Amino acid sequence: MWLNPTNPQLDRKGRLHHLLTLEGLPAEILWQILDTAKSFLGTKVKKVPLLRGKSVFNLFFEPSTRTRTTFEIAAKRLSADVINLNIAVSSQSKGESLLDTVDNLSAMHADMFIVRHGESGAPHFIARHVAADIHVINAGDGRHSHPTQGLLDMYTIRHYKKDFSNLRVAIVGDVLHSRVARSQIHALTTLGCPEIRVIGPKTLLPANVEQLGVHVHHDMRQGLKDVDVVTMLRLQNERMQGALLPSAQEFYKFYGLTGDKLALAKPDAIVLHPGPMNRGVEIDSSVADGKQSVILPQVTFGIAIRMAVMSIMAGNK
Amino acid sequence: MPGNPLPDAEQLLTALIEQMRPAMGPETGLIGIHTGGAWVAERLHQALKLQTPLATLDVSFYRDDYEARGLHRDLKGSEIPFEVDGRDLILVDDVLYTGRTIRAALNEIFDYGRPASVLLAVLVDRGGRQLPVAAQFAGTTLTLKPGQNIALKRNDKGRLNLELREDKR
Repeated sequence: MWLNPTNPQLDRKGRLHHLLTLEGLPAEILWQILDTAKSFLGTKVKKVPLLRGKSVFNLFFEPSTRTRTTFEIAAKRLSADVINLNIAVSSQSKGESLLDTVDNLSAMHADMFIVRHGESGAPHFIARHVAADIHVINAGDGRHSHPTQGLLDMYTIRHYKKDFSNLRVAIVGDVLHSRVARSQIHALTTLGCPEIRVIGPKTLLPANVEQLGVHVHHDMRQGLKDVDVVTMLRLQNERMQGALLPSAQEFYKFYGLTGDKLALAKPDAIVLHPGPMNRGVEIDSSVADGKQSVILPQVTFGIAIRMAVMSIMAGNK
Repeated sequence: MPGNPLPDAEQLLTALIEQMRPAMGPETGLIGIHTGGAWVAERLHQALKLQTPLATLDVSFYRDDYEARGLHRDLKGSEIPFEVDGRDLILVDDVLYTGRTIRAALNEIFDYGRPASVLLAVLVDRGGRQLPVAAQFAGTTLTLKPGQNIALKRNDKGRLNLELREDKR
């Protein structure tokens, strides 16, 4: 059951109840999350008592290190109790259905589920099913959405560029399989970014991606010209069905971010990557470790963003 | 509305400064609670010519009404630019009412360190305490009717002013 029939993520008062996708999320809520994250980063106190007594369940049906760990740290810094479930060795492998798993965990008085799943839509499915006082956060579902990654990318861009209203942003690589790219496009659009470019071979761009309001480039050198922000995406071999690429080496030649390609962007352009990165496939080591790279700050900002999302949602009763 | 029934905030501030002056040491730290308390603390800090930089506290992450009212939308963040350990502190707020804000502020301060002492200075003590909290310095003490609230305002020129509000019930 949805609390708010017009937007499944909001409660009756229009406040954030679940975080499932950035698509259709009002700008005001995005700004609230970014502002709240900033005040978490500004404090010298690492741990605050907001979520004391709450149980946060990390439900990861797909492997993840960075996202799961940063969610765990974020929940702990809010004083929540965190329970990590390793689904691969749990009841699911004994044949329990997804909803039975969720029902059992709800019976253990869960307050929040952080869900990562290989199937697009799984967190929506869980959110529709749980009791009204339980919150669900999508930590990445299939190709669909990875809202907290999209938000931390927005935080990173805002941190270095201050304002979205004059930015050119390029998203490069395997857009087809990327939930990060979709989340970024929706968030950038809502926050008023005037020009978003997607760059990649035809086989790795979704059909009709222009309908999202982005400019398509197959030539990376052309696409990077004068951009302020470059987001590199990982080549997701594990999601590829059939031959989409001749080889990783050839991909690197045309779409790998090297120093000479980055030189076509603005001199103060920043380079983002959601991780894990494949050096020598989508990004050259000298760029990944270079002055323009903000890949490690992204991880730090990710903790504050996840603290912000959890503390805003848990306070919306 | 003809005439403000409340005392003049600037006069209360002057009274508060005179009360506090003898208690100030060279190392005393002043901490203003956002937003009204931070305004008062700013003025006190100037008038008392304190050497230690001014600190501000946003107690949003420590409030006990978070469950009922959610996270405050407009967070200011806390800034304590000095070592709390072993220091004499004076916590500053605009209006002392239930004492719950002070409870939250004390919890936050103790996450920074262990002060030698904490005293409380407020512009107005309006009674109605729900916790064993008392102000050592108060500009004035008022008795308000249930449903009445006072709020501190600051105009463009930095002048402080008290406003009376009636709860819409």
